[in-house]
Amino acid sequence: MNIIEAIGLTHEYFRRDEEGNVEGISVALDKVDLDVREGQFIAILGHNGSGKSTLARHINALLVPSEGTLIVDGMDTSDPANVYDIRQSAGMVFQNPDNQIVASVVEEDVGFGPENIGVPTEEIWQRVERSLKGVGMWKYRSKSPNRLSGGQKQRVAIAGVMAMEPKCIILDEPTAMLDPQGRSEVVRVAHELNKKKGVTIILITHYMEEVVDADYVYVMDHGHIVLRGTPREIFSDVELLRKYRMDVPQITELAYELKRSGLPLDDAILTEQELVDSLTRLALSGRNG
Amino acid sequence: MSIVIKDVSYKYNPGTTYEVTALDHINLEIGDGEFIGLIGHTGSGKSTLIQHLNGLLSATEGQIWYNGENIYEKNYDKQGLRTQVGMVFQYPEHQLFETTVFEDVKFGPKNQGLSDQEATLRAYEALSGVGFPDEFYDQSPFALSGGQKRRAAIAGVLAMKPAVLILDEPTAGLDPKGRDEILELIRDMHERSGNTVILVSHSMEDVAKYVNRLIVIDDGRIQFDGTPREVFENYLKLEEMGLSAPRVTYLMHRLYEAGMPVDVAVTTVSEAKQEILKVLC
Amino acid sequence: MLRDITIGQYYPADSILHKLDPRVKLFSTFIYIISLFIFKGLSGYIFITLSLAIVIRLSKVPFSFMIRGLRSIVILLLIAAICNLLLTPGVPMFQYGFIRITKIGLENAVLMTIRMIYLIIGSSLMTLTTTPNALTDGLEKSLSGLNRFGVPVHEVSMMMSIALRFIPILIEETDKIMKAQMARGADFESGGLVKRVKSMVPLLVPLFVSAFRRASDLALAMEARCYHGGEGRTRMKPLKYHLSDYKAYVVSVLYLVIVVVLRFHRFSL
Repeated sequence: MNIIEAIGLTHEYFRRDEEGNVEGISVALDKVDLDVREGQFIAILGHNGSGKSTLARHINALLVPSEGTLIVDGMDTSDPANVYDIRQSAGMVFQNPDNQIVASVVEEDVGFGPENIGVPTEEIWQRVERSLKGVGMWKYRSKSPNRLSGGQKQRVAIAGVMAMEPKCIILDEPTAMLDPQGRSEVVRVAHELNKKKGVTIILITHYMEEVVDADYVYVMDHGHIVLRGTPREIFSDVELLRKYRMDVPQITELAYELKRSGLPLDDAILTEQELVDSLTRLALSGRNG
Repeated sequence: MSIVIKDVSYKYNPGTTYEVTALDHINLEIGDGEFIGLIGHTGSGKSTLIQHLNGLLSATEGQIWYNGENIYEKNYDKQGLRTQVGMVFQYPEHQLFETTVFEDVKFGPKNQGLSDQEATLRAYEALSGVGFPDEFYDQSPFALSGGQKRRAAIAGVLAMKPAVLILDEPTAGLDPKGRDEILELIRDMHERSGNTVILVSHSMEDVAKYVNRLIVIDDGRIQFDGTPREVFENYLKLEEMGLSAPRVTYLMHRLYEAGMPVDVAVTTVSEAKQEILKVLC
Repeated sequence: MLRDITIGQYYPADSILHKLDPRVKLFSTFIYIISLFIFKGLSGYIFITLSLAIVIRLSKVPFSFMIRGLRSIVILLLIAAICNLLLTPGVPMFQYGFIRITKIGLENAVLMTIRMIYLIIGSSLMTLTTTPNALTDGLEKSLSGLNRFGVPVHEVSMMMSIALRFIPILIEETDKIMKAQMARGADFESGGLVKRVKSMVPLLVPLFVSAFRRASDLALAMEARCYHGGEGRTRMKPLKYHLSDYKAYVVSVLYLVIVVVLRFHRFSL
């Protein structure tokens, strides 16, 4: 079943000058088609200003389509009556870890969402415990968020969304402000939730390494989806990706360079293992032949 | 010798129960015209260290000499030091404040006591030096894209004509193209002007590609200091410090273990390519 | 420096005080503040000091942590003390030029300083042992009667708890901005009043821009988590009185009675 289905999703907004007069209309999303099956791990790539954050906000019903339709978990986002149900089934984690934590104690922040949707007290506690354990932050439950590292704060933010028991989590560049350690913590947790709890994940990112393990990848540019496919398909055209201000993982780049120098390698080698295997095979056949 | 750090220690909240040793007897010499990378995980002491170089923090113990002068001497001109050792902080949002980009870049030169005319000249020079598009000179700095904000912030420091430029994670939050553009800009500037550049980074791939000398700090101490090749040979020790080596270095080790006679000290894609082609062809 | 301010900070610990209902703590703090303004004489002073010492012990918050909060307002205390010392009329004990110190002035200065210090320690005890959320919950509950008069009690208390959460973040940010500008040669320390006020612009503009950005980010994040005001909200930690809370109410009232008695009744001491 499709948990997210966008047909011709368009988002336009008025550009205003300094006095607030309308200068023109800008298009942030232009006829975007997208469908995500339940349980998938989706990655969205795109440079700053490509429209990927706008898309994320639509899925969470923080924005409504100017044209086209967006169905989230069977609900139309343009119907105001659905807003809270949509936000509950498609939770969102933002880029800046500080600016999304409401409470001054970790567990209270995780309880904030369930409080808002009227979950009974007893059950809030159960949900908070489950979510914090799910992201490995249970032992920090009574700490102040200010004492946590960036990666830990983002895990708390993810727990805060998990406590609303969503079917889908959209992570809007959750690793952009983190160090490498924090980045891998967050991505690992997202994969765990996807595998163990079957939560659909939509990860928006700038880091190519984080995309390698996704089921499906979309690349956005100027409000359009310009590429879509498995990571292997996406990373097979290095030049095209660079045109969209993106890149490929370093291993893929090396394989691509070697191939250009004449080595008979496959397109889009994604992992170290694959490249080691291909190169040792080549070395052997070279020796034998 | 441009900067000499002699036995410098720094403690936060000294003498209280909250005392934290951020720097522990650091000794370091930074010569003119070097391009240095500084790596260490969050909380390793690298931010504390760079803030000592321009006198924003003062060592609890030890001395720092800049061009043969002790910066902790009573009459030492700290204000002057800060214009000599320029520092660009991680988030440009922390320094941009004027109504236009151009005025903002003039802020540093004006603080140096230059006349308006000279400051204007400096601003032009700095902005064109970082490849900032001239149609945005009169824009509000808050309306710029992430990459342009970064350029404006770097120009704001360059306009003071510092002899040493320290950049604290200048590529945080940028897209891959934006990251490459800023790093290439820094390298070009370094090659053109011969300034000393200290680049603080979390990306092993970036430092491997750009710097000549790599310093690793952990737990307030300098753990490694050498060329990227030399430093990344210790990748197992780096991992213990929460760091790593570039991906290609790991690949080369795996190839070597699989029986290919490659040089494992490789740190960049182009080196790796040459090595592999040499072995295979 | 700036980050030493402990007022409004929460100190996590497992103590009787931490477990008390915030409404009781608000009430007792109120009682305590009243007591500071009505006590008199050495006996009252000893009693208040003892009570404060006991409560500090009970809170399990290290005393040094509280004292750090005082450091940031030492100057304020000094100014108040000096004003009291110099401006109180009466028979001079000591005179040198225009400096004239009277016995009452000296007494006032000492008393006032003690009162201020006690006031700050007492009220920071409340914030140190109560999470901002519990505190605002307590306020919200205690003041919920005002809802009938159109006062948006829930919204105000939500705003307060958010403000408390962001104060440490903004303080840290102020520090970073100051350093970034000092690296460009900005000087926040020297010059006359006009120059100093002007030199604040490069600090305040980025700070405000960032604060507004944080506010709009947070509003979005709260909306994304289905926040829609106080209506239909449940509580993770609903306020419920326990036996110890009733005891604390009784102790607070008793405390006030003793302070009043000590004021009007001279014991031979």
